Amino acid sequence: MSSWALSLFQRELRLAVRVGGGALVGVLFFLAVVTVIPFGVGPDLNLLARIGPAILWIGALLATLLGLDRLFQADRDDGSLDLILMAGRPLELVVLIKCLAHWMATGLPLVAAAPVLAIFLNLEPTAIGAVTLTLAAGTPALTLIGAIGASLTVTLRRGGLLLAVLVIPLTIPVLIFGVSAADAAVNDPVPFMTPFLILCSLSLISLVVGPFASAAALRFSSD
Amino acid sequence: MDLGPHAGFIIASYAICFGVVAGLILWVRLDKARLDSTLKDLESQGLAKTRRTPEKPDRQ
Amino acid sequence: MGILDFANPTRFMKLTQLVLPWLVGLCAIAFAVGLYMSFFVAPEDYQQGDTVRIMYIHVPAAWLAMMCYSIMAISSLGTLVWKHPLADVSAKCAAPIGAAFTFISLVTGSLWGKPMWGTYWVWDARLTSVLVLFIMYLGLMALWRTMEDPIKAGKAAAILTLVGALNLPIIKFSVDWWNTLHQPASVMRMDGPTIHPDILLPLAVMAVAFTLLFFVIHLMAMRNEILRRRVRTLRLRAASAARPAGGSATLQPAE
Repeated sequence: MSSWALSLFQRELRLAVRVGGGALVGVLFFLAVVTVIPFGVGPDLNLLARIGPAILWIGALLATLLGLDRLFQADRDDGSLDLILMAGRPLELVVLIKCLAHWMATGLPLVAAAPVLAIFLNLEPTAIGAVTLTLAAGTPALTLIGAIGASLTVTLRRGGLLLAVLVIPLTIPVLIFGVSAADAAVNDPVPFMTPFLILCSLSLISLVVGPFASAAALRFSSD
Repeated sequence: MDLGPHAGFIIASYAICFGVVAGLILWVRLDKARLDSTLKDLESQGLAKTRRTPEKPDRQ
Repeated sequence: MGILDFANPTRFMKLTQLVLPWLVGLCAIAFAVGLYMSFFVAPEDYQQGDTVRIMYIHVPAAWLAMMCYSIMAISSLGTLVWKHPLADVSAKCAAPIGAAFTFISLVTGSLWGKPMWGTYWVWDARLTSVLVLFIMYLGLMALWRTMEDPIKAGKAAAILTLVGALNLPIIKFSVDWWNTLHQPASVMRMDGPTIHPDILLPLAVMAVAFTLLFFVIHLMAMRNEILRRRVRTLRLRAASAARPAGGSATLQPAE
């Protein structure tokens, strides 16, 4: 990959993990959500083990949504988004790189934290592995779909809430197949690979649709 | 007319449907009335002339 | 008269003026016939009794909920690809109507479900998909409301509509999958293989009536939207004329 892409990637990553980047707050939020669930449904370990994958997935979804407004908002505020738009590089690629860096900074920590949180939820080792694997395959899709919402709401002052409302319906398939695959690993009758492969294909679809739609939205928002 | 044991559900369905459609129509009508009066106000302030002159080429 | 002639808002207004009374009349006749048939001609179902009459509004409303989204998707293509000036007006006006009919289909569905299933709501694949559709309509309306500039809002909403149109079949597929996973074949099917002509005919008439109703409200709402944009342009012009150094924003054409 050419050097400008690499330097953009490094810039994004550096900005995300620095003070004010707020990348690690997502993991903290993930932890808070998972901690709060047993207070809601009760500390029954069997129940928690049964709904554990779903809790982890919903927690990851919410944590991803929370971080999405940082994707383009900060760049717009300091004017670098305009510079990026004027730079003449393919905007789809720019969006893809930004999403990749954003996922490395916010999605990957969620995936890494999932096994630890899974222990709180009394998941078996197979289920822990399955949830972590599905999160690793599925969270990029969440970020890429979320990028569409982020670029649509980039001109709005407080677009975060609207962003979540717009993005959640689009992420339902990812959630369904992520949780199905994680469940399938534990409950034998259903094969694991079927929902998992569909989840992977959803990620690949969003890899195409996300950058294109998002780049189009950014172009329209600027002119 | 006898609608059987579940008459309440049937009547409620039709009533809600009617209510929502009536609400839509009312919304459209009120919107129209409001916009018409605003437009008339603006035109009476002499804005209509400035509106028509520059737009004549692409209007006709 | 090509399709481009409708691009002109003034001509569209004239056309609407001409067509609307006929549409309203047809719609009223269709509703009169449809309601009469669904209450007095259609027989009651041997299993569901008279509750089957809810179907005559439920199914057309569900049909409109989907048709409306397709119209919005086509309009969005019109906005983004052909840059048709009326396309985003059409998309914007279709959203609340679509939301209203989706709401009707949800409510009548659950009122139908209570006597049939014993509960107002089941997480049935179809109901769930329609609920997701409803949320998408409301999200689109929220997006329209939060953006000030109608042109920009139109483009943003068009992108979201198209992404949603791509996503809706996937959502439908995944909800179906999720549903079969969780409740294997226990859900009653509404569309049995045996739809008798006695039921089909009133249903068809009601579907036509609802479709006409949609177009009547849609045309009226589009007319309102054009007027609203005219008002907005006039106000902007008045505001910039009041300013000493008249801004360049005055040159925007009325939409």
